[in-house]
Amino acid sequence: MSLMSLTAVELGKKIKAKEVTVKEAVQAAIAQIEASEDELNCYVTVDKEGALKRAEEVQKLIDDGTLTSPLAGVPVAIKDNMCTKDLLTTCSSKILGNFVPTYTAQAVINLEEAGAVILGKTNMDEFAMGSTTETSAYGETKNPWNTNHVPGGSSGGSCAAVAAEECSYALGSDTGGSIRQPSSFCGVTGIKPTYGTVSRYGLIAYGSSLDQIGPVAKDVTDCATILEAIAGYDSKDSTSVKREDYDFTSALVDDVKGLKIGVPKAYFGDGLDKEVKDAVLAAAKVLEEKGAIVEEFDLGLVDYAIPAYYVIAAAEASSNLSRFDGVKYGYRTKDYEGLHNMYKKSRSEGFGPEVKRRIMLGSFVLSSGYYDAYYLKALRTKALIKKEFDKAFEKYDVILGPAAPTTAPKLGDSLSDPIKMYLGDIYTISVNLAGLPGISVPCGVDSKGLPIGLQLIGDCFKEKNIIRAAYAYEQTRTYEGPGKNK
Amino acid sequence: MAKQYETVIGLEVHVELATKTKIFCGCSTEFGGAPNTHTCPVCTGMPGSLPVLNKQVVEYAIAVGLATNCTITQYCKFDRKNYFYPDNPQNYQISQLYLPICRNGGVEIDTPAGKKIIGIHEIHMEEDAGKLVHDEWEDCSLVDFNRSGVPLIEIVSEPDMRSAEEVIAYLDKLRLIIQYLGASDCKLNEGSMRADVNLSVREVGATEFGTRTEMKNLNSFKAIARAIEGERARQIELLEEGKQVVQETRRWDDNKEYSYAMRSKEDAQDYRYFPDPDLVPIVISDEWIERIRKAQPELRTEKLERYKKEFDIPDYDAEILTSSKVLADLFEATTELCHKPKKVSNWLMVETLRLVKENDMEVEDIDFSPENLAKLIELAESGAINSSVAKEVFEKIFKEDIDPDKYVEEKGLKSVNDEGALRATIEKVIADNPQSVEDYHNGKEKAIGFLVGQTMKAMQGKANPGMVNKILKELL
Repeated sequence: MSLMSLTAVELGKKIKAKEVTVKEAVQAAIAQIEASEDELNCYVTVDKEGALKRAEEVQKLIDDGTLTSPLAGVPVAIKDNMCTKDLLTTCSSKILGNFVPTYTAQAVINLEEAGAVILGKTNMDEFAMGSTTETSAYGETKNPWNTNHVPGGSSGGSCAAVAAEECSYALGSDTGGSIRQPSSFCGVTGIKPTYGTVSRYGLIAYGSSLDQIGPVAKDVTDCATILEAIAGYDSKDSTSVKREDYDFTSALVDDVKGLKIGVPKAYFGDGLDKEVKDAVLAAAKVLEEKGAIVEEFDLGLVDYAIPAYYVIAAAEASSNLSRFDGVKYGYRTKDYEGLHNMYKKSRSEGFGPEVKRRIMLGSFVLSSGYYDAYYLKALRTKALIKKEFDKAFEKYDVILGPAAPTTAPKLGDSLSDPIKMYLGDIYTISVNLAGLPGISVPCGVDSKGLPIGLQLIGDCFKEKNIIRAAYAYEQTRTYEGPGKNK
Repeated sequence: MAKQYETVIGLEVHVELATKTKIFCGCSTEFGGAPNTHTCPVCTGMPGSLPVLNKQVVEYAIAVGLATNCTITQYCKFDRKNYFYPDNPQNYQISQLYLPICRNGGVEIDTPAGKKIIGIHEIHMEEDAGKLVHDEWEDCSLVDFNRSGVPLIEIVSEPDMRSAEEVIAYLDKLRLIIQYLGASDCKLNEGSMRADVNLSVREVGATEFGTRTEMKNLNSFKAIARAIEGERARQIELLEEGKQVVQETRRWDDNKEYSYAMRSKEDAQDYRYFPDPDLVPIVISDEWIERIRKAQPELRTEKLERYKKEFDIPDYDAEILTSSKVLADLFEATTELCHKPKKVSNWLMVETLRLVKENDMEVEDIDFSPENLAKLIELAESGAINSSVAKEVFEKIFKEDIDPDKYVEEKGLKSVNDEGALRATIEKVIADNPQSVEDYHNGKEKAIGFLVGQTMKAMQGKANPGMVNKILKELL
């Protein structure tokens, strides 16, 4: 059995027990990367040398008892929108094609302090804008379950790398579903934590008020363990929240007796693929059989989430991405006359079409005369959506639904119709708007052999509820990677 | 009869706050420093960096707001002002538009017609930009981000001023308040206080405002006064010719004494302001405001009253000394050491201000220590040095802040009080200048002055002038 088929926690245990060295673990990951990367393109940058060097350092620290974390020595892949000192960080954009950060993102530092070994940086939709990883300037990532299909996005590289065992686990980021949707498409588990739980310092911003970093792994145990390592108050991030309950692994108990689970009727209406619907409802049944109280309810304003999201995220993005101008770092056009021409050409050549679309949309909704009608209205909608969830969480501990309306679409099918692509975010987006935690866990495959994801949503700061429910559900299944399906 | 015009002026005053670190990161705000040495990922706009508000900035802004009778906005936010320029590393400036920290205040100024209130529309907090350095040699521009992120407050007045004199009185008042609060040193020449002038003219008696222009690049009170006169004349001339004033931003060139159009309203950018999602709203409690109010230092009016009561100095001296925080602090600290308020006041009012003027400095640039002035006063008062030596030593203190005890010792400047030595020298002077002696005896009182001078010269200026006079008269 390959070391890469182990979960991160299992591999960590073997390393601690001296059954496996860190170097062996890293070499196993590199071997898998070399075997499948040509076909899948999960990574933008693989740092083989750095990883092997780091493996030796970490091994010493484990041997002398300095490093005791369950993740010590376990190889990880980082989404390419988190800054890593001295390691290329591109956001899968041409405009950052040569950008080497001078500092490391706080979430990544937290992982490094737990003894993680970074293998490289994973592919994504350019600046996390997209749901398929096809908007990357460095080629699309393919779904390891079926290479004619997309892995989802924007954390498609991270999720595909976990599914293809090109890393033991990965970090992704989620602004409107970018961890949960590709986790669902790739048959892996991913958590989007409560806004403010993981520091955003060093995460290259897309929609600042919505972005959160989170774990992607083979199972719930891994995800809870990784989240425990990366979460924490950070004084460098003003939106970071001081919490008392970072012990997420304490929720890994196989007991959902009395847990109240609400199933929003609106999540099972038109547009939802029948096979996805059946698999998700079957999962609800499993939880009910294990003692949870499951009932349907009416969640309001579901249809308003997508328009509100695309106004808010695009507005923030239009401002966040203005720093990429060819002056200080990143891509600068070769021939230009004067400052404004340099700005214009560098940005025209450096950004891809989806990013440009959202910058234009965002600039429009913030412009004078439209601000009230679009941006302010979207903010008010966001507040109302949060209220709808507040009402629901007065009755329920967990909200259950699909992570995406379909399984992974075919390559090339989505970009031709961006509106349809945007509508695919319907079940994930409101979670970001309300700042809630959400998890996607595999709950079966469709007739094409593509994975289906179950989404569990918790109230703010109640990650433990969704971890507990997801863990209990997971105990009824065995992990199936794409390999077993081939 | 020619039409009579009235000038209407409002000011936007930027003040750099005296915090040790920048508004959104821990970098030093120190002036100078090699380019890009006071920088970090935050103030250079590196991808992924995030701002964290320096609380001291809020405290200074509240303090200025309270001292200018503003209402404090107890739930306030920062907004992003989006525009592209290379000195602005994020291509947005973090500022306040929708909920500025202070609103609806005002300060009282003295005018020839009596007291007048100049309204303050709002005060908001924001970050400064970097500096562009144009390299003519290489034909390129470079950016120094040392100033990027230095905290500023912008004080926006109502259009309540009607003349350059009122503008200067208002600026003086603001400057004093802010200096007394310790919120800024307010040096116009170093740019820690900058004013943009919004000006329009209208016929006397008109109720509507005329079209205004905004003038930038004003870095002294004199430049402001000249710019106001120049712009007033330009606008009146346009109107007299039957032309229209165009709403635009103009740049004042103080050497040419003329303003140039920078951009018109049509070119005005849409800054697409929106609340900065990286910063959380600032909630200012009643307790916080009260704490700042209680900690508020003595302001000018109170200090002036106290000086008049506490120190035996003329009212005029008290007015001048309290007209600058630097002078007042120096006066109090020196008096504390030597207990001679009148002497201290004299040194500050006469010699210090003379040297400031001669060296084309601002009072705020004075940086000698009260200890050295106190020592000098002791030396002069004890007769250890005479007054001309004292003035010479003071110049050294003013320029280099030397220790006068050491300096007098090293240079051998102590007065010679040895009567024997003096008598011998004076006898020789009398012998060498028979004509002057004769003149003196013939009733020419002036002649004694010459003899005193000769004696001082022979003693290399170190003689005690009182003793010289006494002995001379005796011997003559």
